[in-house]
Amino acid sequence: MMRSSLLKSSLTAAFLITIFLKPFNASAQSAADEINAIHGNFQIDAQYYQPDSLIGAPKVPEKFLSNVFGNINYTKGNFSAGARYEAYNNVKQGFDARYKGQGVVNRFVRYKTDLLDITVGNIYEQFGSGLTLRTYYEPGLLYDNSLDGVRVISNPIKGLTLKGITGKQRYFFSVGSGIVRGGDAEVNINELFDSVLGKKKTRVILGGSFVSKYQVDQDPNLILPQNVGCYGGRINIIHEGFNFFTEYAYKINDPSSDNKFSYKFGEALFSSISYATNGFSFLAQGKRVDNMSFRSDRNEALQSLLINYLPTTTKQHSYSMLALNPYATQFKGEIGGMAEIQYKFKKGTALGGKYGTEITMNYSRANGLQPIGVSDSSTSMTFYKTNYNDIGKDYYHDFFVEINKKFNKKWKGTFVYSNQFYNRNIIQFNADNAGFKSLKASIGVADITYKYKPTSSVRVELQGLFAEDQHMVTNSNLVAKGNWAAALLEWTPSGHWFFAVYDQYNYGNPDHALQIHYYLATMGYNNGPHRIAMGYGKQSAGIFCVGGVCRTVPASNGITLSITSSF
Amino acid sequence: MKKIALSLLFLTTFSFASLAGDGDKIPSATVKKLDGSKVNSNTFSNNGKPIIISFWATWCKPCKKELDAIAENYPDWVKETGVKLIAISIDDARSSGKVVTDVKTKGWEYEVYIDENQDFKRAMNVNNVPHTFLVDGTGHIVWSHNSYSEGDDEKLYENVKKLAKGEKLDH
Repeated sequence: MMRSSLLKSSLTAAFLITIFLKPFNASAQSAADEINAIHGNFQIDAQYYQPDSLIGAPKVPEKFLSNVFGNINYTKGNFSAGARYEAYNNVKQGFDARYKGQGVVNRFVRYKTDLLDITVGNIYEQFGSGLTLRTYYEPGLLYDNSLDGVRVISNPIKGLTLKGITGKQRYFFSVGSGIVRGGDAEVNINELFDSVLGKKKTRVILGGSFVSKYQVDQDPNLILPQNVGCYGGRINIIHEGFNFFTEYAYKINDPSSDNKFSYKFGEALFSSISYATNGFSFLAQGKRVDNMSFRSDRNEALQSLLINYLPTTTKQHSYSMLALNPYATQFKGEIGGMAEIQYKFKKGTALGGKYGTEITMNYSRANGLQPIGVSDSSTSMTFYKTNYNDIGKDYYHDFFVEINKKFNKKWKGTFVYSNQFYNRNIIQFNADNAGFKSLKASIGVADITYKYKPTSSVRVELQGLFAEDQHMVTNSNLVAKGNWAAALLEWTPSGHWFFAVYDQYNYGNPDHALQIHYYLATMGYNNGPHRIAMGYGKQSAGIFCVGGVCRTVPASNGITLSITSSF
Repeated sequence: MKKIALSLLFLTTFSFASLAGDGDKIPSATVKKLDGSKVNSNTFSNNGKPIIISFWATWCKPCKKELDAIAENYPDWVKETGVKLIAISIDDARSSGKVVTDVKTKGWEYEVYIDENQDFKRAMNVNNVPHTFLVDGTGHIVWSHNSYSEGDDEKLYENVKKLAKGEKLDH
């Protein structure tokens, strides 16, 4: 403990010295042209909780909880440095309770030129689409797997980018025990052979990465690999309106609590192809993931210490009823994909009207794999096999149509129909035998905006979720069953103020006592980069997904306050 | 010790640096063009004319409303003030494939970049999308606004016009 605080102090000192020295080491750039600035941002999310046994809102002993962060960044020429302070007194409901207390959890110093870009401190980095490595920060979800270490990026010649990184990952207010190191190379063929290919319409980008983690084996029974390597290769071909991307990643055996200490290798394949022209586009994505959770600590779970990122290929929804039961990539294994067509009926045509009409159709699905158990009696290792053409159980599918239409200068609307299948046992409980029926639901949304003055408007949202069976569980708290209706009325009298009332009503619950209204009233004020919002009411339990991991946020009742600001 | 160090840090940095709002240059971060090539954000320019930088995402409804509203009048804006809009998508690998299909279907004529791991978003201290910045003809950030409500696009254009004439801006 003593040593770590000493380390922190010396790092802070190093940070200070760098800032002190930099101004005396001015580069050849003219002073007026060079950036020399301090910027930052703040976010405060607080809630006063009132228990409500009917909706399942628990009694919160502290009554008042808050999540707070502030970033400060200093830039001078090619040099930059920054720090982030976070405070959880205590952390809000629905987040990991190990976020407790406060402190400076992120600081970095960076010197960036086109040839060489060096960062020490907390680093956010992504190789390719993230299948081998992605560290990022999502404050609303309290996801931060930054690498505390060093990163070097170099562009020795045009068209070639090399990256090297090593460090340990953030783990609440400390770092995880495993060491992560990796490298990535990306070649833009057209830029590399600029004189011959620079003007060609076909663009080709190739990339490859290798990431390894080291964690000591202290298991009394198993012989575990202390070094686990993961490598990936990718290609991106772009020709006029066509865009093709594919990445494959392979990980050696990595027994972990995620895979119940199986010695099987892991692999992931992610592909995307699209065609887009003025007014029309097509996009298809496919993905297969098998045993691909990659963490710097083999005993960790949930969203902790993930090194890689496995993108979900199902549609990302923004309306509440559509997002009530969201899907997230299953690390253990899944195969899935999506296809989407978008078309815009042109202005002045029968269906386009005066402003044009947009239509989007999307179908996405995810299925399990079919593992075949294998156990090797000579080494007493257990693992399993899978085949590419064996498709397992239905996990999720979603058919979605959206029409977006501006009727005239004052009225516009969005209309959505969606049909969802959601395997609750797998997605929410991670167990095929959890005992819940899968949800089958039809969902409709109408979102109408009426702009009665140039900067004043009223917006109405009407949503309905219709379950196939009235006893079917319809959100994460297992109490909500059957059909839902939701309505939102939002009034924006000027660009600065907004007022909204929302009611989410579980009217179809077969138990009359549980036909609950979740009323919520919010108001807020905006000015430039500053925003303050307050709310009062009930919020139903929900699932939020990030980095392939979902967490359940319990129902709550009370007053919320949210402030965001940047300078 | 840590407290002293932190307060020292604040004091020293403030004494050397200028604060926001007095027009700093666009910070340096690597973003990706739709043709896959990488560009440093500090090279964004528009021949001495104003630039709008708008952070958005394919899953962000108000962002698309804002960019749609601007798109209706964009040819006039360009003709009258020479302004250029740079749209920065913060979509990650899950939805970054949708950036080009959305932009093309909607027929947006903006300069579009993808900030896949949010390096530029962090450098610009953006909390949430949509977040819109105005950059003057000499490349200095002079105005920013978070969130979108109906009519904000018209206020933005009032400021673009003022900027093109060299007048003072308001929020």
